[in-house]
Amino acid sequence: MNLSNYCSTHTIYCCAYTKYAAALLVAWLMLSGCQPQMPQTARSGLVYCSEGSPESFNPQLVTSGTTIDIISQQLYDRLVDIDPDNGDIVAGLATSWHVSADGTRYQFNLRDNVSFHSTRYFSPSRKFNANDVQFTFNRITDLNHPFHFEAGGIYPYFQSVDWANLVKKVEAIDDYTVTFELQRPDSSFLSNLATDFAAILSAEYGQQLLAAKQPGQIDRLPVGTGPFRFREYQKDILVRFYRHNDYWRGNTQPEQLVFDIVPNNARRMAKLFTHECDIVAYPRVAELELIAKREDVTVQESTSMNVGFWAFNTQKPPFDQLEVRQALGMAINRAAIMQAVYYGKATPAYGILPPTSWAYNAGLPAPMYSPAKARALLTKAGYPNGFTMNIWAMPVQRLYNPNALKMAELMQADLAQIGIKANIISYEWNSFRQKLGNYEHDSVLIGWAADNADPDNFFRPLLSCAARDSGSNRANWCDPMFDDIIGQALLTADQQQRRALYLTAQQYLHQQQPLVAIAHSQRFQAISSSVSGVSINPYGGISLQHAKRVSP
Amino acid sequence: MSRYLLRRLYLMAFVFLALSLFAFSLGYLFPGDVIQNLSGLRQIDDEQRQQLINYYQLDQNYLQQYLAFLSRIAQGNWGLSFASQQPLLQEIKLLLPATLELTAYALLLSFILGIPLGIVAAFKPHSLIGKSISALAIAGYSLPIFWWGLLLIMLFSLALGWLPSAGRLGVLYEIPHSSGFMLVDILQADVKYRSEAFHNALRHLLLPTIVLATFPTTVMIRFVRDAMLNVWEQNYIKTAQAKGLSRGQVLYRHGLRNALLPVIRQIGLQFSTLITLAMLTEVIFSWPGIGRWLIDSIYQRNYPAIQAGLLVISTMVITINMLTEILHALFNPLARRG
Repeated sequence: MNLSNYCSTHTIYCCAYTKYAAALLVAWLMLSGCQPQMPQTARSGLVYCSEGSPESFNPQLVTSGTTIDIISQQLYDRLVDIDPDNGDIVAGLATSWHVSADGTRYQFNLRDNVSFHSTRYFSPSRKFNANDVQFTFNRITDLNHPFHFEAGGIYPYFQSVDWANLVKKVEAIDDYTVTFELQRPDSSFLSNLATDFAAILSAEYGQQLLAAKQPGQIDRLPVGTGPFRFREYQKDILVRFYRHNDYWRGNTQPEQLVFDIVPNNARRMAKLFTHECDIVAYPRVAELELIAKREDVTVQESTSMNVGFWAFNTQKPPFDQLEVRQALGMAINRAAIMQAVYYGKATPAYGILPPTSWAYNAGLPAPMYSPAKARALLTKAGYPNGFTMNIWAMPVQRLYNPNALKMAELMQADLAQIGIKANIISYEWNSFRQKLGNYEHDSVLIGWAADNADPDNFFRPLLSCAARDSGSNRANWCDPMFDDIIGQALLTADQQQRRALYLTAQQYLHQQQPLVAIAHSQRFQAISSSVSGVSINPYGGISLQHAKRVSP
Repeated sequence: MSRYLLRRLYLMAFVFLALSLFAFSLGYLFPGDVIQNLSGLRQIDDEQRQQLINYYQLDQNYLQQYLAFLSRIAQGNWGLSFASQQPLLQEIKLLLPATLELTAYALLLSFILGIPLGIVAAFKPHSLIGKSISALAIAGYSLPIFWWGLLLIMLFSLALGWLPSAGRLGVLYEIPHSSGFMLVDILQADVKYRSEAFHNALRHLLLPTIVLATFPTTVMIRFVRDAMLNVWEQNYIKTAQAKGLSRGQVLYRHGLRNALLPVIRQIGLQFSTLITLAMLTEVIFSWPGIGRWLIDSIYQRNYPAIQAGLLVISTMVITINMLTEILHALFNPLARRG
């Protein structure tokens, strides 16, 4: 950009007279079209083009990856974190922790000298301490907590891991020591604390809002300890954060961080190419080659803990019959799906756990594609002439399934070969999930992206009886045998033992086939080549603390 | 003149009456629950429902309900948006200036370009310049605005990288909201990067303004040209020429004044088309104005928003139409008789 010097002098010259010469300037702009020299605050800002608006500014209340990417790592800290390189639990706001011998009491020593955000609506008078931890976690479990019902009393992630029945008490021993007492040992407890959902809120801010009688603000005007502090949110337009200058980890690069909300895929790409965005989440897999050709944009790729699957409503005939489920699994041609839907950018799934997990069962057989065998199985089950069924295809694009409708169409053709007539059904996303929760479907194409590295995160929220009761078990499947296996795996802290149990669980799922796992997809993000210091975290939301603009 | 004014205002009152009746009946004609459509509330419990029935006077006859509707509109109580659960009037207040700003600049551009070009084309109708201006006007007139906008984005934003493709201002510039007119707000803002932000806002304005101005400019060229040619045939021009005035003097003193009179009226007539085109332009350039908002509302079946948006836009179009008619009559005594 040798032009930039020439331009900047011009800009200054022009802008001194802007009030009088706007029309002239327009004409001049057409001719030159220079990038203006940005001022200090604007130049050091970073723009992330997001695919949707945040639902809330409190991670406890949400599950959507879009919201988590925007709020979680930027505004908040957790007691413990996950090391993105190896999935280990590392210190966060807690410097160290101790687990009692029976595994039911966790004691955390907290970091001192951690300050909360000072914003135009809140100025903290004290540093972070044990009260904040107590305040944060009691909000989820304690029905008498002043904020428990503030957002409807629903904490989706914590409900999916049965948090309220697990944690008996959170107690502040002194300012920098806090203990969690559990009802039973749970080896996934630390992993759950490390998820993006377990963000630490400020108790003092809570008190202030109660005194001001505006408790609803706690989820709209956030206060955390993270690297950025909240500035403004214009619905469906942008979210603006400023740097938190007293961040305890220090070293936050962008002075300003803006999430530009651009739901349209093509428009997001256009903004990346015109440098209106620095980072674009979830570029379409079909467009990756086009993006990779450009020199000013880099595509980052990372393995991601997710699985796309086809779940059967196992309570509805004929899907209550094992042979039928097995026949359906054999009838679909995965090779075609991998090519047409994932463009080869995914690993075929043998089971629901991705190969990167430490509990992955490498002994599972590769899925078979055999319409003839499938027909034989159907005949055995009493459906020699096939039947009619529905395939529900989710209406949105997700990492684990970039195009469910296309996948459903491919399956429709495959199923027709074994005499099954499949109808494809789709609703608007919110009604879709609601109807799924009521188990109105025959079968559904959907998936799961992990919130933490613990294998339990793939079993309990997806296929346990508790998940069925809460409506998130897409297979409507409740098997005491299976629940027993994954329950035992939680009770022991010994990793070898846990691994053996999870291997059994995967084997059991393979036999029972309540769902057909299809693929584990890679996660992509496109980033301007002039930005460094951003990488994809396979275990959760993106962190933009170290994003730095370097000269191209 | 005052009789003419009275007659116009009388007519306007009737148009507004018809418009308000239509907007009022929409609340009942939309599918779904009337109370939800009127209030914009998504969840209504029994107690609240009773309160709302009283508030909207739904237990009274339609005349009462209509009067209640009028007083609500007058008080600025327009209900909530289904999508955001925010008061509609407040949302519209934030969005309308963006649309007005864009429309005003486009209209201004169409005058600045259209009138001189029209005069030139009329001055030498058979020369190369005159013919090419007419040809350009025809081409611009028949250009689908959606395609034209995308074409400009592809060229200037994607291929050349000169201009931004969407929005009103680079998101990194933080300008406090006061009037809602971006350029005014920037000039009033007390920030260090004011001139850069102004420059940036102009760059964002450029493509949408050109796209939106294309249609009115071509209309203006054709209109001015035809009016000029028409006036040129008149006897008083011949008289003036016979008196020995130069061509320029005749053009300026006798031609232009008479030819430009109908142009004032033309503004009013073009305004409704301009608003429609502004909606499209806003969609193409993600311009956060009322047109894009209204189109989104239609997609989301946001009935209260559709009703309010319709009311605002129609009122605006009718008012401007009337104003230009009156202005026209003010300058042209002949029009007052009509």
